[in-house]
Amino acid sequence: MAVGKEIRTQIKSIKNTQKITRAMEMVAASKMRKAQRRMQASKPYAAKMRNVIAHLAHAHPEYHHPYLSARESVKRVGYILITTDRGLCGGLNTNLLKTAVVSMREYHNQGIEAELCVIGSKGTGFLKRIGANIRATATHLGDEPGINDLIGSVKVMLDAYDNGEIDRLYLVSNEFVNTMTQTPLVEQLLPIAAEKPEQELKHHWDYIYEPEAKIVLDALMMRYIESLVYQGVVENIASEQAARMVAMKAATDNAGDLIDDLQLVYNKARQAAITQEISEIVAGAAAV
Amino acid sequence: MAMTFHVDIVSAEEQIFSGIAEMLFAPGAMGELGIMARHTPLLTPLKPGELRIRLVGGEEQSIYVSGGMLEVQPHVVTVLSDTAVRAKDLDEAAALESKERAEKALQEQSAEVDYALAEAQLAEAVAQLQTIRRMKSKRR
Repeated sequence: MAVGKEIRTQIKSIKNTQKITRAMEMVAASKMRKAQRRMQASKPYAAKMRNVIAHLAHAHPEYHHPYLSARESVKRVGYILITTDRGLCGGLNTNLLKTAVVSMREYHNQGIEAELCVIGSKGTGFLKRIGANIRATATHLGDEPGINDLIGSVKVMLDAYDNGEIDRLYLVSNEFVNTMTQTPLVEQLLPIAAEKPEQELKHHWDYIYEPEAKIVLDALMMRYIESLVYQGVVENIASEQAARMVAMKAATDNAGDLIDDLQLVYNKARQAAITQEISEIVAGAAAV
Repeated sequence: MAMTFHVDIVSAEEQIFSGIAEMLFAPGAMGELGIMARHTPLLTPLKPGELRIRLVGGEEQSIYVSGGMLEVQPHVVTVLSDTAVRAKDLDEAAALESKERAEKALQEQSAEVDYALAEAQLAEAVAQLQTIRRMKSKRR
């Protein structure tokens, strides 16, 4: 039966694809859990640092760090975009890049150009195509990125800010809401919006700085920004794995539907062939 | 009994230590520091070195830090530890490397970028096809 064989081969190939997507789903699920754990582990650092910086911003008026004060005129802006290295994760990167492009276009309409730092090869490919101004990249970070993979790229943007080449710096990354939802967010990194310290300062006190305030603050600010970017990267990995898990689950389900449909067609074809054969035999017998 | 204080040691990647201590020895940028409870507020960078914590009962625990920041308040001490070895030259080199990577990615028509490009074009074509199909089915 010629028809039957074709459909059987097709069913078999879809079954193989289904096996792959199911395996990818399970791998993504386990990687997501690990990434979530890392996400939690990186939170205390940034939280502690935010406390110290909030305190500094209030307790130390005589030295004003450039990262804390907003500039009056904005001529150029910088973006740090966090995308994934690999595909097959649904609309994660597309949504993120769309959000980024919308934000950049707003500035573009005001005559303000953007400088980009791209993390992840998916973003690099897209932004290169639309002719964006890419200053630095970091790709192939793997599933467990270290902060030293990011120091260089972040420094390029911080230097640009220090030299007045950019007047604002944004971080564009995916927020991990839950397994089903990841929302792209544009956050302002620089200048740092001064937060109120957790408890109101009852009396004025300040740290002793060793060796001096400026050096300590510079080191602290740089680390703070790096830790925020690092958190973004870790969160993006969790988002990536979650999105991939959902996408692969959908793919597995779709493959199942396809197989069911094809199975039905195959059974019908088989039945038709048998019926035809019987009627041929009966007709032959009647003729004799 | 000696006065105790809370010690938190965190790095950007994980929480390393959290607990009560009697005394903390840290490699400060200006020299070795010994900190006890009710120390005056202090903020200083750390050099790479050994951090020793004397726990309640006199037992000592040592942790290696590759630099970082030390924040001291009368009853809480926080160490913001670096995970990477930091130096101005090293940071500079990393920044240069990252810039070079960007330039390379922009110039060279690597297979990966081509692939991303092809993928983007394919996605566009698929979206167009879908729209056309939807319009056709509506017309019917």
